[in-house]
Amino acid sequence: MYVAVKGGEAAILATHDLVAEARRGNPAVPEISVAQIREQQALACARVMNEGSLYDQDLAALALKQAQGDVIEAAFLMRAYRTTLPRFGSSEPLDTAAMAIRRRVSATYKDLPGGQVLGPTYDYTHRLFDFALMDEGGEAAPRKAAAPLDATMPRVPDILGAEGLMEAEEPPEGDPRPFDLTRDPVSFPADRDVRLQSMARGDEGFLLGLGYSVQRGFGGTHPFVGEVRVGEVAVEFVPEELGFAIDLGDITLTECQMVNQFQGSKDVPPQFTRGYGLVFGHSERKAMSMSLVDRALKARDFGEATNYPAQQDEFVLYHADNVEAAGFVEHLKLPHYVDFQGELELIRRIRREREERLAQEQEAMPEAAE
Amino acid sequence: MATLARASRSEIETLLGDPPDHDLLKAPETGTVMVEGRAGGAGRRFNLGEATVTRCVVRLSNGRMGFSYALGRDGRKARLAALLDARLQDEAEGSGLHQGVAALAAQQAAARDLASRKAAATKVDFFTLVRGA
Repeated sequence: MYVAVKGGEAAILATHDLVAEARRGNPAVPEISVAQIREQQALACARVMNEGSLYDQDLAALALKQAQGDVIEAAFLMRAYRTTLPRFGSSEPLDTAAMAIRRRVSATYKDLPGGQVLGPTYDYTHRLFDFALMDEGGEAAPRKAAAPLDATMPRVPDILGAEGLMEAEEPPEGDPRPFDLTRDPVSFPADRDVRLQSMARGDEGFLLGLGYSVQRGFGGTHPFVGEVRVGEVAVEFVPEELGFAIDLGDITLTECQMVNQFQGSKDVPPQFTRGYGLVFGHSERKAMSMSLVDRALKARDFGEATNYPAQQDEFVLYHADNVEAAGFVEHLKLPHYVDFQGELELIRRIRREREERLAQEQEAMPEAAE
Repeated sequence: MATLARASRSEIETLLGDPPDHDLLKAPETGTVMVEGRAGGAGRRFNLGEATVTRCVVRLSNGRMGFSYALGRDGRKARLAALLDARLQDEAEGSGLHQGVAALAAQQAAARDLASRKAAATKVDFFTLVRGA
């Protein structure tokens, strides 16, 4: 239990000054600007936007600057800021089929309509240091093809879906509004919309570990990347006063369609099953991890055993949020003096009682021997 | 509105020129829109996360209303875009202002085309290796 204590104001004010100095580092080195972080640390910004659950590249960059690059602290800043804003409403559901593709690969089809587009990826780099980056002034000059990519590319699972080999993804009856865990408490078993929202804002490392556990056999689902796509998608919104959908601009998204081994039932012949990941920014590892865990969490829907952590919605959803997790872990740093005093008295009493008991036994023993 | 949402503040400022007299019906306000996705791309709706959005509604002295809604937190841009939206409704198609917006749209399309051509340069041409040939 945490008991509020008073005092320490002066020390706290002093630490604010000190952390500002620590954040700034050596003043002889030029200060980094928010725009530089936004433009040159975009993948870190994407992670902050995801885990902060707020798409705003400038704010993500500011959060990273303020948090000295601590991603979870930065996500916390985003979450805190979000609570100060009014919500105008919900967007129209994103149409990822209309994405302006910058990267799109499939591990299941070599020749797919629209093609395999590697885009900007570290996948084929050698992971050797580029010491030229120690110096400034390097400018890239990417190649340009004569023609742009196809304006729309089919989502890969839809290709198999047309043959009936793929589990269908269709809206439930009436296309209901999704549950919002920022407004209502989650209960279990959690529906897919709750699970997806929770994972989209969940910790990348946690989901990566769980996704990996699935691959290693703790809930094996034999996954293939049906498709990973990265690019820009327009956000549409219907303002009350206008009554029609308007285009608010583009956001960058990463989408992963994970194809997994079969399930069938009395009524449905065996089909591939699906896991889905969708995240802000260019965040493939997160989208892939999310899609692995999404599939694992469907275990109950398919009548599979739920023996492993990645298959248990309560475990996954309660522990995926790194702002909550960090809060609970890190609150242990706060004063627990009263609590600890209680424990101290308890252990002293236990030891005293033990000594007394041993002493009594010692006295009793010689008599027993005689 | 889609073009103005993607335009920068300075582009809108340049196109609008001196802001006309107006009332603010809704002062620039930053809030969020909850962005929805669909499971699998086409299935059940879910909340992906919020995005910052800034809106503004103005009324010109002739009574014409202008609206602006765009991603981000730029209140000044929202106000200028709302004014431009109102002015555009008053002007005939093909006027200088409409041409200016068309030019911005063309610039945005060109940027999109360039990005797409850079991506297209990374498109894979597979060839299958024949063993033992």
